[in-house]
Amino acid sequence: MTDTKETAARARKKQSAFAALEIDTRLLGMIGAFIAVCLVFNILTEGRFLTPRNVFNLTIQTVSVAIMATGMVFVIVTRHIDLSVGALLATCSAVMAMTQTMVVPEWLGLGLGHPLTAPIAIAVGCVAGMAIGAFHGWLIGYLTIPAFIVTLGGLLVWRNVAWHLTSGQTIGPLDETFQLFGGINGTLGETWSWIFGIVAVLAAWFGLFTARRSKIRHEFKVKPIWAELVLGGLIASAILGFVSLLTAYEIPTRRLERIFEAAGQVMPEGHTQGYGVPISVLVLIVVAIIMTIVAQRTRLGRYIFATGGNPDAAALAGINTRMLTVKVFMIMGLLCAISAVVASARQTFHSNDIGTLDELRVIAAAVIGGTALAGGSGTIYGAILGALIMQSLQSGMAMVGVDAPYQNIVVGMVLVLAVFVDILYRRRTGD
Amino acid sequence: MAKVDRSGTPLVELRNISIAFGGVHAVDDVSVDLYPGEVVGLLGHNGAGKSTLIKCLSGAYQADSGEVFVDGKKVSIRNPRDARDHNIETIYQTLALADNLDAASNLFLGREITSGIGLVDDARMEAETRKIMGRLNPNFRKFNAPVSALSGGQRQSVAISRAVYFNARILIMDEPTAALGVEETRMVAELIDELKRQGLGIFLIDHDIHQVKTLCDRASVMKNGKLVGTVDVDDVTEDDLLGMIILGKQPEKAA
Ligand SMILES: Nc1ncnc2c1ncn2[C@@H]1O[C@H](COP(=O)(O)OP(=O)(O)OP(=O)(O)O)[C@@H](O)[C@H]1O
Ligand SMILES: [Mg+2]
Repeated sequence: MTDTKETAARARKKQSAFAALEIDTRLLGMIGAFIAVCLVFNILTEGRFLTPRNVFNLTIQTVSVAIMATGMVFVIVTRHIDLSVGALLATCSAVMAMTQTMVVPEWLGLGLGHPLTAPIAIAVGCVAGMAIGAFHGWLIGYLTIPAFIVTLGGLLVWRNVAWHLTSGQTIGPLDETFQLFGGINGTLGETWSWIFGIVAVLAAWFGLFTARRSKIRHEFKVKPIWAELVLGGLIASAILGFVSLLTAYEIPTRRLERIFEAAGQVMPEGHTQGYGVPISVLVLIVVAIIMTIVAQRTRLGRYIFATGGNPDAAALAGINTRMLTVKVFMIMGLLCAISAVVASARQTFHSNDIGTLDELRVIAAAVIGGTALAGGSGTIYGAILGALIMQSLQSGMAMVGVDAPYQNIVVGMVLVLAVFVDILYRRRTGD
Repeated sequence: MAKVDRSGTPLVELRNISIAFGGVHAVDDVSVDLYPGEVVGLLGHNGAGKSTLIKCLSGAYQADSGEVFVDGKKVSIRNPRDARDHNIETIYQTLALADNLDAASNLFLGREITSGIGLVDDARMEAETRKIMGRLNPNFRKFNAPVSALSGGQRQSVAISRAVYFNARILIMDEPTAALGVEETRMVAELIDELKRQGLGIFLIDHDIHQVKTLCDRASVMKNGKLVGTVDVDDVTEDDLLGMIILGKQPEKAA
């Protein structure tokens, strides 16, 4: 009698030891899927997948889609869709390319390579993205035209507005400072990468600490101390592990020599230097943090989720759901502009086909990341993980030698499968 | 029950309210009023126009014609925010809850408590929610679940606490006990009595005539969008009220 009770108690304890960590099971599932994809490809490529070089490339390839996917979460949560993000990215990219190659140097007479070129171009691009997004939102919220139609039209319009702005030509090379946002051309270097890593760890710990303190102040249940410590340790090793991989990717000797040469110095014999964290990844991290705060800790975010859950209830609670739609699409437009900076800087020029099919990748990333098309639920981290999983699949298959058409077949099937798994998960957990 | 003093100005007065949807006159020239410390029951069969009438007061709908007076002053209520600004709180028949959010987020929806830097203070909102729920429904435990995971009665108690929390002066309750058990219904009845003593005016829509007779001071009966009449519940029998609802005619005595 007592015996069975004890075993039962012990079993419960074992289970609750895991539950005590209070990690979102969905997050855990996605991280698990991501790790599985990485490990499988690492075996298939005989260790070439998880090299610093490939991890570095994978991250900078993911950034542009991941940035837009965070905005797509808001769009889908409010029961809308945006099919125009790839085209909008192209228009923003065209606007910025023209600003830095024509407007600033010629019209403003500042010449090429002026330090103000990049800031002006980026500001103009962001304003353009926000204005177009807000216009979409107005058509959808106030004129009640379905988002599917507005943005389907937008896909055709903005793709070709971009073509018109550049007279269909490839514009480049882009400004040197601007190119820093592209990935390989702008990294923090080893020292700053480590400083960044340590600051990030401290910030994460501080976040855990304040959350715990706030719970204690209101006399809510808190995790046992050991669980907090384990969680803090996991986060720290993830961040520092990531940083060490990126700093381990070394700048080729010939390139280093050129850098030293440009500075008028001679490179010491045997000198090596790692790339470190790309600035574009930093941009993604900042976007992710801001979007997460907006989603979870601001009224705007609360209203976005409330409206997605029950638009009538939101309206009856005094929320201006039409204006909310404008804001959501305006945020989406801004994020398209930021992605345009990263994407065009990465290829060092603006081209007509930039961002082609990104709308599908972005929607797929958000959906694989657990955003429900029915509205009302979705997470920022999920969308970023979704983008990462898709990009890993794609570049993994490319490394293994799968032809592009077959890659697309696999990615398409994964999308459907991911949503099915999500449906099963929701059915089981009842949310 | 103490008689309500109706010598002063009414707390709310709805005058000649009409609203139509397409060709349907959902509410047709209806006038009702409500005094401080009074509970007025709204009766009528399904589709009589009760919910539509009160939605013109809560800001959910805008009447095609008619006027609203609060404390004797004409007001214009264009949206739910305007109504809330006049301390009019509403428990909707549909409850109007965002199913994906938890109880606290629903309770404070549109009126979140924010910290100094403008971020929503979830911990404080949850603490406040626990406080008011402790008073209204002590058995309520599911503070961290989305309200979709709650029972019908639990959802209703969330909607009720939302209306009560913000110090309403005018409370609109559209079938507040429809999903409640015996015990919970009794608690709502007690709550109504308590709020009444505090001087609130309450519009109560309810299909239970017996309950209307015990809880309300007056009853206004609607049929097909029109007002049949308003009676003092002590002057009429339950059968009289039934006659008004079904046949749409005033009882002999009150006529
Ligand atoms: N938004 C709307 N659009 C069209 N018709 C409506 C709308 N709202 C209400 N109606 C119509 O107005 C009439 C009155 O409806 P209302 O909901 O006010 O009835 P009720 O008295 O509250 O009924 P119940 O007891 O079933 O709740 C009905 O005929 C209904 O179909
Ligand atoms: Mg009704």
